[in-house]
Amino acid sequence: MDKVLLKKLGDPEAHKIDNYVKAGGYKALGMALKMPPDNIIQAVKDSGLRGRGGAGFSTGLKWSFIPKDPTIKKFLCCNADEGEPGTFKDRGIIDWDPHLLIEGMIIASYAIGAAKSYIYIRGEFALGAARLDAAIKEAYAKGYLGPNVMGTGFNHDMFVHRGFGAYICGEETALLESIEGFRAQPRKKPPFPALAGLYSKPTVINNVETLSCIPAIIERGAKWFSSIGPEKSPGPKIFCVSGHVKKPGLYELPMGTTLREIIFNHAGGMLTEKPLKAVIPGGVSAPMLTEKDLDTSMDFDSLAAKGTMLGSGAVVVMDSSACMVKTAYIINRFFSHESCGKCTPCRDGTPWLTNILMRLEHGEGKQGDVELLEGLCANIFGRTFCPLGDGAVMALRGALKNFRNEFEYHAKTGRCLG
Amino acid sequence: MLENVKDEIQGVLKKYPDKKSAVMDMLRIAQREASGHLTKEAMDEIAGLLGMPPVEVHAAAAFYTMCRINMPAGKHRVWVCRNLPCSLMGAEHIIKYLEKKLGIKTGETTHDLKFTLDTAECLGSCGTAPMMQVDDDYFENLTESKIDEILAAKGRES
Repeated sequence: MDKVLLKKLGDPEAHKIDNYVKAGGYKALGMALKMPPDNIIQAVKDSGLRGRGGAGFSTGLKWSFIPKDPTIKKFLCCNADEGEPGTFKDRGIIDWDPHLLIEGMIIASYAIGAAKSYIYIRGEFALGAARLDAAIKEAYAKGYLGPNVMGTGFNHDMFVHRGFGAYICGEETALLESIEGFRAQPRKKPPFPALAGLYSKPTVINNVETLSCIPAIIERGAKWFSSIGPEKSPGPKIFCVSGHVKKPGLYELPMGTTLREIIFNHAGGMLTEKPLKAVIPGGVSAPMLTEKDLDTSMDFDSLAAKGTMLGSGAVVVMDSSACMVKTAYIINRFFSHESCGKCTPCRDGTPWLTNILMRLEHGEGKQGDVELLEGLCANIFGRTFCPLGDGAVMALRGALKNFRNEFEYHAKTGRCLG
Repeated sequence: MLENVKDEIQGVLKKYPDKKSAVMDMLRIAQREASGHLTKEAMDEIAGLLGMPPVEVHAAAAFYTMCRINMPAGKHRVWVCRNLPCSLMGAEHIIKYLEKKLGIKTGETTHDLKFTLDTAECLGSCGTAPMMQVDDDYFENLTESKIDEILAAKGRES
């Protein structure tokens, strides 16, 4: 499969507009602007593209929910608040190929009738924000943004909104609250953003990788896209490989590549001779898998069938030196740190989990701690306002399911097993 | 205090249909202009400029982890990523090494006011772990000698 999303990775000149155009960039935008917006939405539906932020919802279907009334203002927001531990794919697109994202966003905005779009980028990504600001300026100068885009009468303005440190802004309604200047706490749904989103106007929120697939879908067709990977979750996918492998990094591969191929064929295999113990397939919210699951196809449905999820495509590999109590502690510490404080089960439950895991990890655990963890999980899961609390529980339950003996050993002896 | 950056603020305000949306950019600018932290006076000034009740600006500032309230920082901010991928690749050792090298604990500022050391929960650089952020820049695949070089170079900056 030739690369679609990461073809510029590592090329220090590729982010400049002249080089992007020379390589065929903005051709898809020209094609799209000649199509009726509904045909673009249909093409994206037909392509089978599913949201790469983790939820896996049909992108074309999401766009189709936007009211058609031209008198209603609409917005597009790009979710570039990349923060799920293990994930660094959006940065790979933004830093190296910002015009690919911008072109995808202009096409999406034209399809849904949005005159304004915002890129919400996490605050720490200073280089990415600078790259996007510069690229947007170039696009204005060349007539791809601003009034009368490419002489077609379509007007579009695009802005970068920088975050300031809060994982919860990756949740789409929290992201909207944040742009509006409030504390980033998720909103009640319904109404869904497609009807009442940014400034209460119809809004589409899509991930960076999702929007970056759009130019290729327009240029090469929905059929081409849907022929890559599994029928029900097709297309190219960026896998972020980290942890105990020889060649960690970003790998753009067909959706549905197996975990074994990703780890052993692409990422160079295990870092040392120590064997693989556990692997997180989709960012730390995704329950971990073990050696026996390595032949799982990395796509939304196959991973869901295994009780875990594709999430952001962040593959964290752990060898036998990794203690699962420590792993669970680190993951849970993250969620309690990032809990927005809106609802009690998450605000009070995640720090409680973290405290128990910390004492287990530090050799100060008590008999009954494992059961206490399980009880807390049952009281958090499904009872929180947004999926953050569920993510914390899913991660912990995954560790307990596969490695309960390690937790019990810690509780009993204060030490790691083996 | 924000008088000196009027043009920048005008640019920020132009992005949004509602001034309130500029609060995060304003907090970032105010923090940059005042020794890396936010004072009550700065937040009140932002509230005035954006027509917001001061309590809403304070509430936003208290929410976001990159805001540093009433605590001047050193000239250079150092954040060491300590989440799972970095931890697997030795983040704890990197933190200990930096604490020893700078003679401070995480969360503290060196006596010469050059460095403030903090940890971070995943900076999105997991394939190049362990890593740290110094001011706006990422430093990846860290080793002790790399840290020595980075700190020496930053320490020389006037």
